[in-house]
Amino acid sequence: MELSEREVAEAAIKAGATNVDDIMQKMAEHKGCETTSDGGKKASCGTAAGENDLPPEIWDKVKNHPCYSEEAHHHYARMHVSVAPACNIQCNYCNRKYDCANESRPGVVSERLTPEQAAKKVLAVASTIPQMTVLGIAGPGDPLANPEKTFKTFELISRTAPDIKLCLSTNGLTLPDHVDTIARYNVDHVTITVNMVDPEVGAKIYPWIFYKHKRYTGIEAARILTERQMQGLEMLTERGILSKINSVMIPGINDQHLKEVNKAVKSRGAFLHNIMPLISSAEHGTVFGLTGQRGPTAQELKKLQDSCEGEMNMMRHCRQCRADAVGLLGEDRSAEFTTEKIMEMDVNYDLATRQAYQARVEEERLAVSGAKASELQVLAGVESDIKILVAVATKGSGRINEHFGHATEFQIYELSTAKGAHFIGHRRVDLYCQGGYGEEDALETVIRAIKDCHAVFVAKIGGCPKKDLSAAGIEAVDEFAHEFIEKSAITYFKRYLEGVAAGTITHVDRGDLVAEIRPGEKAVDVVAAAAVPAE
Amino acid sequence: MALRIAASCVNCSACEPECPNEAIYPTESAFAIDPAKCTECIGFHDDPQCALVCPVEETCVIDESYPRYQPAA
Ligand code: SF4
Ligand code: SF4
Ligand code: SF4
Repeated sequence: MELSEREVAEAAIKAGATNVDDIMQKMAEHKGCETTSDGGKKASCGTAAGENDLPPEIWDKVKNHPCYSEEAHHHYARMHVSVAPACNIQCNYCNRKYDCANESRPGVVSERLTPEQAAKKVLAVASTIPQMTVLGIAGPGDPLANPEKTFKTFELISRTAPDIKLCLSTNGLTLPDHVDTIARYNVDHVTITVNMVDPEVGAKIYPWIFYKHKRYTGIEAARILTERQMQGLEMLTERGILSKINSVMIPGINDQHLKEVNKAVKSRGAFLHNIMPLISSAEHGTVFGLTGQRGPTAQELKKLQDSCEGEMNMMRHCRQCRADAVGLLGEDRSAEFTTEKIMEMDVNYDLATRQAYQARVEEERLAVSGAKASELQVLAGVESDIKILVAVATKGSGRINEHFGHATEFQIYELSTAKGAHFIGHRRVDLYCQGGYGEEDALETVIRAIKDCHAVFVAKIGGCPKKDLSAAGIEAVDEFAHEFIEKSAITYFKRYLEGVAAGTITHVDRGDLVAEIRPGEKAVDVVAAAAVPAE
Repeated sequence: MALRIAASCVNCSACEPECPNEAIYPTESAFAIDPAKCTECIGFHDDPQCALVCPVEETCVIDESYPRYQPAA
């Protein structure tokens, strides 16, 4: 049976390996036995996923960023700390009691840290998790409404850990005032939340802003906000700082308008646009929650992302993670690093071990993209209009390595002869398996979340759920256990197309089946990320 | 001569740095205003800054137990 890195690390700790080196050694050994596949064929220059579309200097900046590079997020980790709860605007999807909905899941309170505590936490995590390469300062609140704390944290971290990339996210209102400081601290990624470029639309999203000692409301507020955001974006681009745009898709308010936002931000040099679904429910106590404003369905979201994709790179793997999430995207290890535990820790920042580990990860990544490149050849010459979706249960490393019953989310790939296996996003589900046996309701939740898929790829699955899935028209596939995702998906797709051609498979278009973004009324989001157990 | 912070404060800290008189300080449960320092922003701004930036309506309010602030003539 395969163990996760974390299990290996935990086992190593139990076995008496108390220092980081020993743990790394164990982890490295474990990793070693996973990489014996045929994927090692060298990918020729320029064919690795994601590289094509971006200028080389930008690719260089994003390739190890787990939030931005689709491929890197399987291997590297980021963490967010929140030091600045203050905000200078009001969004209708935010209730300031909780986290900023811009970057995190509403309804979850993050731990608030002083800059000193935050810096120590980051170093402690980075010493334990060598994949941790990115630190972000995000909500609750706006990091630039609290610039002293934000920049103090950056200063402390960059002094001890110069290898960690720094990023921050902001609503943009005060961004133009801070661009030079951002450049000085070598912050290489800034995320701006842009929900509109038209003040009329903005007036429905922002009731007020606080700017230059005055409170502005309505269209005037939205006009100032959009001008400041666009000015800030232009200034970042001029200085060569990467900027990503987040937009919250609010059906009936800005859904169609986001195409214009996409054009506006692209023309000002943003390199990535991440459209996130509004997650709203009355118990969050937000204006949208209370007025019953709904969020988009998975299909509506995908349609909008598709229509913007020709324009620029869309980010599909953002899972609206909690701002203080620690670990690989979606794998939350926050509980290991509470402030209390950290203040007691003796942190010894070991740059060399981190670099050695990261070099190992690079090899694994090459293997993954090699497998992808070689398998794309399989489809060469086959042409078809058929597109299908498949769901994948994975713990990372680009492989199908999660048990169906343990999956808290599924990665969704679109298969076509034009693009091969194209990653389109995540669907989060409740833990289906609670202690070894399946539960009816939970299985239904999974089916609802992935019912537009033809198949679900898993490392393992029980007989009963397999039957139920099949009754819902979803084939459970475990023959590719522990194989690379893309390669397996393409093999499956090729067989599917051959079956259709031979008349043994009747193709059904499942695209119109509406998959849910949120199951039921509970505050558990299928697409949102927080990998904390549902409260 | 002062504003006070009501129990509805959500502890977001937005008001603290905006006060021209450094009258706002954190307590265990919420933020509070030192009435001896608060000038209702008179002499600095047209409106009380804490009330403008506060995300919860009716949280930074006039403290009726103090007479209104009188700027020095
Ligand atoms: S910018 Fe963030 S913290 Fe401020 S109101 Fe909007 S969602 Fe809330
Ligand atoms: S009214 Fe002005 S002076 Fe008084 S506490 Fe608020 S910000 Fe400070
Ligand atoms: S701005 Fe309002 S809610 Fe925030 S700390 Fe000050 S009084 Fe409390």
